[in-house]
Amino acid sequence: MLSRLFRQLAGLVATLFAASFVIFAAVYAAPGDPAVFLAGGRDKLTPEKLAAVREQYHLDEPLVVQYGRWLWDCLHGDLGRSFKYADQVADLIASRLPTTLALVGFATLIFVVLGVGAGVLAAVRRGWVDQAVVGATTLAASVPSFVAAIGLVSLFGVRFGWFPVTGAGSGFGGTVHHLTLPALSMALGALAIVSRVTRQSMLDAAASDHVEAARASGIPERDIVRRHILRNALGPILTMCGLVTAGMLAGTVVIETAFGLSGVGSLLVNAINTHDFPVAQAVLLLMVTGYIVVTNLVDLVHPLLDPRVRAERSAA
Amino acid sequence: MTTTQPLLDIAGLTLELPGTARPLLAEVTLQVRTGEVLGLVGESGSGKSTTAKAALGMLPAGGRTEGRVTVDGTDVLTLRGEALRAHRARTVAMIHQDPRAALNPVRRIGDFLTERLAHAGVTDRRAARARAVELLGAVGLPDPARHVRQRPHELSGGMLQRVVIAGALAAEPRLLLADEATSALDVTTQAEILDLLRTLRAERETGMLFITHDLHLAAAYCDRVLVMYAGRIVEQQPAPALFAHPRHPYTRGLLGCSPTLGGTAADLRPVPGRPPSLAESFPGCPFAARCPEAEPECETWAPVVSPLEPEGGPVPNGPPVPAGEAACRRLPLAASVAPATHGATGASGASTASGASEASAASGAEAAR
Repeated sequence: MLSRLFRQLAGLVATLFAASFVIFAAVYAAPGDPAVFLAGGRDKLTPEKLAAVREQYHLDEPLVVQYGRWLWDCLHGDLGRSFKYADQVADLIASRLPTTLALVGFATLIFVVLGVGAGVLAAVRRGWVDQAVVGATTLAASVPSFVAAIGLVSLFGVRFGWFPVTGAGSGFGGTVHHLTLPALSMALGALAIVSRVTRQSMLDAAASDHVEAARASGIPERDIVRRHILRNALGPILTMCGLVTAGMLAGTVVIETAFGLSGVGSLLVNAINTHDFPVAQAVLLLMVTGYIVVTNLVDLVHPLLDPRVRAERSAA
Repeated sequence: MTTTQPLLDIAGLTLELPGTARPLLAEVTLQVRTGEVLGLVGESGSGKSTTAKAALGMLPAGGRTEGRVTVDGTDVLTLRGEALRAHRARTVAMIHQDPRAALNPVRRIGDFLTERLAHAGVTDRRAARARAVELLGAVGLPDPARHVRQRPHELSGGMLQRVVIAGALAAEPRLLLADEATSALDVTTQAEILDLLRTLRAERETGMLFITHDLHLAAAYCDRVLVMYAGRIVEQQPAPALFAHPRHPYTRGLLGCSPTLGGTAADLRPVPGRPPSLAESFPGCPFAARCPEAEPECETWAPVVSPLEPEGGPVPNGPPVPAGEAACRRLPLAASVAPATHGATGASGASTASGASEASAASGAEAAR
């Protein structure tokens, strides 16, 4: 168990290292010169001034040296200073992160409850319920999230006035109230895939002999669905929910823009538009870390759900 | 105490599925009495398991059913909802063929047993736990207190089969359906399990339907043996008589397929052809195509199960026990008796040839014991 944990941690670090280089190089290779921006635009720009700025921000050094410097600072907890705001990048992210995390958490809650629920319903009540679930979730998935956002805003925000249409709110109740529509628009697209995976996984589990055996021994259908079908179907469902949540961490920008939320997504887009290297790199690194952490967590939980996985791994 | 009412009584059970050329089950009639072991033998797809599942009220959905299935006086096929669940939970229990497939791989052995117990009336958790350990001990599993905390993949096939039997016994059922309960096990484990089942039957007067494809095993273990072919019963005899003197050509064919001690390779005579699929239909006897003794008339003769002559003649002061039944046109007795007397008591008009064969069957029975 410990050695497996260690292996997983080592893999995580290696992936992060590789990702950090790709991120750094990609931002470095992006068109446009940050030094021009830092020097205050092209007007009245002298080559001397540009060179001075380059030297001040170490932009004149080779890529690998810059990367090494950045990585070294990152490892010491210093993500650098924003070119644009001149603030510590860590502070910028810290002020934006809670909104994004709350949004993704809320959206995850919605798509897990509704998606898994719809999938279970479709698998248990075949026929028209099944078709209705598949049809409705496919429709929901085919609508882009910003279109869904506009629809939800015009219906629940403007016509009924139940929910605020912008801002993140304060306090737990306020946050939930403000984030309901954004989280719902994000979750809608995930409903189709999660409900489909749940349904298929449930059908596969229901075809097992032990389900038939349980039925033959007079166990009520409710218990069979819960303890013998859903319980055994959880593996693929958990994996899919983990992947979707991890993907959402990096995909909040559209919804943040549509609902005027200042989260990490909008921070990233602004940073890229203004060549704010340190911020863009840090946010990307954070997103990659989030993705890797979530998928590794799923891997860690998997053996708890299926003891056979545990046995295979310890034998290997 | 005479057997007034059979524990399991299946009468004329016919099951047709849409899209198949022949019925899954055709006119299946059988009885299992309290404390009796009835063997059910046949090739794969002959309808053995389907017959057993009928006793649980588990027939394939969408099928058309005729006939009656009663267990302990209850008409099983009309049971619905809670009554059907109670019937499955308390009256009849099935021991499944593959124990590894019959157990939920992600749940503990103890949970499997307590779940069965909960629906058989033991609702107190602590009592159910204790009873689960007790049951595992009763089926001869060493260190039962440890095994209740284990999961199926940690146990061997023989141990799992014992767990499945313990699960079936949790309900203290009146009727046990053993569907190839020992086929997947090695011979020593098989012997232990069979011995265990025999003890349980003696202790609890449980009736048993013992499904197997091993005719020798059936003959050694069961009181009576019933041979099925293509969803029909082709022969039914007390086990020793069937083994010593099979009447139906198919039964003889099955016996010819089993190697015997001291026999040569030439003694093995496989039944030619394959068991019929559900896409094939038969105007006459379904076995005619593979039967070495078939005559042209067999192709059109609708099979009827007819009684064979009773062993040892009629018993004074009581109804004579039928020696057996078979469904073959060529059996002299079957041809001379009026049809539609399934399970009838006493058969008259036995030919001398049949009488002689019964005598040899009786001596064969002695030898088998």
